[in-house]
Amino acid sequence: MSFLEYNVKTAPSGWRKILHLNWALVLLLVAVACLGFLMLYSVAGGSMRPWVEPQMQRFALGLVLMLIVAMVPIWLWRNLSGVAFGMSILLLLYVEFFGDVRMGAQRWIDLGFMRLQPSELTKITLVMVLAAYYDWLDLNKISRPLHVLIPLAIIAVPTYLTLRQPDLGTALLLLMGGGAVMFLAGVHWAYFVGVIAAGVGAVSAVFASRGTPWQLLQDYQYRRIDTFLDPSQDPLGAGYHITQSQIALGSGGWTGRGFMEGTQSRLNFLPEKHTDFIFTTLAEEFGFVGAASLLTLYILILAFCIYTAIASRDRFASLLVMGIAVAFFLYFAVNMAMVMGLAPVVGVPLPLVSFGGSAMLVLMVAFGLVQSAHVHRPR
Amino acid sequence: MKRSQKDIEDSARVVGRRAIVMGGLFLGTAGVLAARMRYLQVERADDFRLLAEENRINIRLLPPERGLIFDRNGVLLAGNEQNYRITLVREDADDVDAVLEELGRIVNLDLVAIERAREEIARRPPFVPVTVADRLSWEELSSVAVNAPALPGVNPEVGLSRFYPLGADFAHVVGYVGPVSDYYIEQTGDTDPVLQIPDFQVGRYNVEARMESALRGRAGTKQVEVNAAGREMRELDRDPATAGSDVQLTIDAGLQNYVEARLSGESAGSVVIDCESGEILALASAPTFDPNLFVRGISQTQWTTLNEDRYRPLANKATQGLYPPGSTYKMIVALAALEAGVIEPSEEIGCTGHIELGDRRFHCWRRTGHGRVDLVEAISQSCDVYFYDLAQRVGIEAITAMALRLGCGIRHDLPLSGIAEGLAPTMQWKRENRGSDWVVGDTLNASIGQGFVLTSPLQLAIMTARIATGRAVEPGIVRSIDGVRERRGTAPALGIAPENLALVHRAMWQVNNDRRGTAFESRVMEDAYLIAGKTGTSQVRNITTAEREAGVIANEDLPWERRDHALYVGYAPFEAPRYAVSVVVEHGGGGAAVAAPIARDILLRAQLGTIPPLELYPVSQRRDIEELHRRLPILAEPPVPSGRATGPRDTERDRT
Repeated sequence: MSFLEYNVKTAPSGWRKILHLNWALVLLLVAVACLGFLMLYSVAGGSMRPWVEPQMQRFALGLVLMLIVAMVPIWLWRNLSGVAFGMSILLLLYVEFFGDVRMGAQRWIDLGFMRLQPSELTKITLVMVLAAYYDWLDLNKISRPLHVLIPLAIIAVPTYLTLRQPDLGTALLLLMGGGAVMFLAGVHWAYFVGVIAAGVGAVSAVFASRGTPWQLLQDYQYRRIDTFLDPSQDPLGAGYHITQSQIALGSGGWTGRGFMEGTQSRLNFLPEKHTDFIFTTLAEEFGFVGAASLLTLYILILAFCIYTAIASRDRFASLLVMGIAVAFFLYFAVNMAMVMGLAPVVGVPLPLVSFGGSAMLVLMVAFGLVQSAHVHRPR
Repeated sequence: MKRSQKDIEDSARVVGRRAIVMGGLFLGTAGVLAARMRYLQVERADDFRLLAEENRINIRLLPPERGLIFDRNGVLLAGNEQNYRITLVREDADDVDAVLEELGRIVNLDLVAIERAREEIARRPPFVPVTVADRLSWEELSSVAVNAPALPGVNPEVGLSRFYPLGADFAHVVGYVGPVSDYYIEQTGDTDPVLQIPDFQVGRYNVEARMESALRGRAGTKQVEVNAAGREMRELDRDPATAGSDVQLTIDAGLQNYVEARLSGESAGSVVIDCESGEILALASAPTFDPNLFVRGISQTQWTTLNEDRYRPLANKATQGLYPPGSTYKMIVALAALEAGVIEPSEEIGCTGHIELGDRRFHCWRRTGHGRVDLVEAISQSCDVYFYDLAQRVGIEAITAMALRLGCGIRHDLPLSGIAEGLAPTMQWKRENRGSDWVVGDTLNASIGQGFVLTSPLQLAIMTARIATGRAVEPGIVRSIDGVRERRGTAPALGIAPENLALVHRAMWQVNNDRRGTAFESRVMEDAYLIAGKTGTSQVRNITTAEREAGVIANEDLPWERRDHALYVGYAPFEAPRYAVSVVVEHGGGGAAVAAPIARDILLRAQLGTIPPLELYPVSQRRDIEELHRRLPILAEPPVPSGRATGPRDTERDRT
């Protein structure tokens, strides 16, 4: 059952749907991706290889996927939500047992042409299944304890599996993304107050457990938290990343040191400069103006999503689009906060800019869903 | 089932409201991010720009060119030569073993050096160049350069390294340089940053070591841009190094070569000194060794060979070797007695071949005795009994005081690695060091330069120069630093009565020029070059009473290490003393037979500046001398001055 039946007569159909896409959103996505290409070109020392070419191919693939997803009516996606979520849980279980181990974490499935990170996929499918759940649920039952526990359980499963990989950053993102959908669906405020209180308690527990046999996080994660709190205590070791990244950012100044002129990235002082830390290169070479421009582009994308969510009369569509917006927001906000020394160093890419296949494709599919909601909105 | 319109509106209202709240959260967070950006990039931009520059710019040291060492005429003794070497950078090589194998096909690689390089490559960071082959020819270097594409990470390089053109002749004067070891830094407490430069060499022996501060120079710097791994990307600025000061020695390279050659085959030391100025003209110790071996890194076998040679090539016998001076000490006893007034020069003392002292018998070297001899005859014929008598009259304290006045038993300060103090014994010394009282027998032994007395060839040369001039000549070996002459004033007079000195001079003249003189065989046939001197033969063993009765065993019949030391000191020309020489041949036998001829040849070479012509020698000896000079490893061409020592200095150098 649905809140709304699709009005076939007034809605566009067939190829005409393409005209009804939100082209402004497409342009914004392309703009952000181009900025990404530019930065990847720069960190490769002025070369299309090894990063720009595959990134462009993936973005092109992403655009095609987005269009395909956008063409499919939104209700079909609603009906597929459960399946999609189930698939991603299976994939998470698969990496739990068979995944490639890289950099101390078990996160990847090697597909040959790219490495798939199931936890990235889960970010979207979790939002989908939650949106479908609240679409199905009676409005007056939303805040009943049983009906709050069900989505919490849905969130808990992938969060736990991701945490086991161990990938603290993505686990937190899943938790926050899922919680955001519950919040948007209208779950009573009191629950969130309770959750925040519980969260504070959990953080205390994490710290309290340190050094005991049942400590909750890996040693490296504790060390990262330590250096986050005081990066200067180990400038050549654990705090090196964050110190160098702040130096890069800060030395950019107002207008930056110029394209391909950033000494920090050019001379390899920046870690992971093509993935998680690419924002520092942007900020170093294009300065405050460049960094703020990217932030503005992201905000505009979010604005389009919020507009689409509010304009839609379809409950599933609204919740899905907002959920995707939150996931997208969490990506870039956590990444930027991390490189600017406001958050611990957790492996979160800068969306559409960082080199990496999974996040890029998953995001483009997600924006396909946003487009589908836009195209198939009730009129 | 279709939802009611009210439900739809309710849902949209709730979602819309909460979406707005969420949007507000987004904006708020974005605001915090933007504020942080502004703080980092605008407010603290200058701080971070500075930090980025500090990251980027690295100061590298430039090695200074080591100062050159010249002889008194400007002949190059220690220079810096272009050294073609090959370095390997692990980071660029990828497969080090494969590259080394490929390299081995192109140039000859020393297996030991390669093993050492391999270890160093493994130990150092991957971007640091490590020397794998050293001292290649230009051809070898070119062939490596041509094959560069097949040899990733291999770089042909040109550096400066020390070389000693005259090699072994100057090992005991100039010394050598070597690599900086941890031990060196610990010993010297040297904190000069230049020591951190890879392959930097410091003076390890003799002048190279003792004049290190003058020769080293000051490191330059260059500012380079580096990447995070420390690899050099480009050069930004350069402050050139200041080369070390050039040092000119007082040594005459031609004479030094002659002396080393003349001593070759023996275990011997010899010093030639300018009587007036005290400048050392030659300081030789035989056998010697090639200092270039140490610069290149001496092999274990070479080191063992040098170290275990019983002639001890590594020891500097001229300054470190201590020998009983034997009869060469008699001038000291004679002068002490004359100055004390305990004897009249004309007084004769009878020599029967020995004297009795208590139950001990002290022998003269001539068992049949000299008969009655006066002071001059006692010196020229080296009568021991005369000096036994003299010593008892004057006493050990006066003898030792005279020895110290003439430069024996004193450590002379020269920039060489080992200068022995020697020993001019006193009664107090014996009490403190031997725990027993001085006895008259000790004085008798000392009077003929035996017993406790120990001197080095350097001290004997100084003694001779002081006797010849009557002045307290101080030895020196550095003539100028960077063209600035070392100040050497005229030495003050010793305060010995001229008539006493004249007596000793006449006695020394007789040694070589009187038919009964001990070194008459080593006379010179030309008046202008006449030499005066004194022979010495010092025992290294006790001759027992039983042996004396059976007949003293001749030196030739003894094992080498028990034979007598042969000594000779002398000066020339007699009328206007200019050169003083000392020669000590370890276990050489008799001073007259072995040391005196060597000293005569050296003095003639010093006076003439060339190999002495045969007319200067007694007719009977000319054939042997001709043969000898043909055999000796004397340089065919005298060393040529390079002219740098006196000419204007390089403009880059700074004289502070």
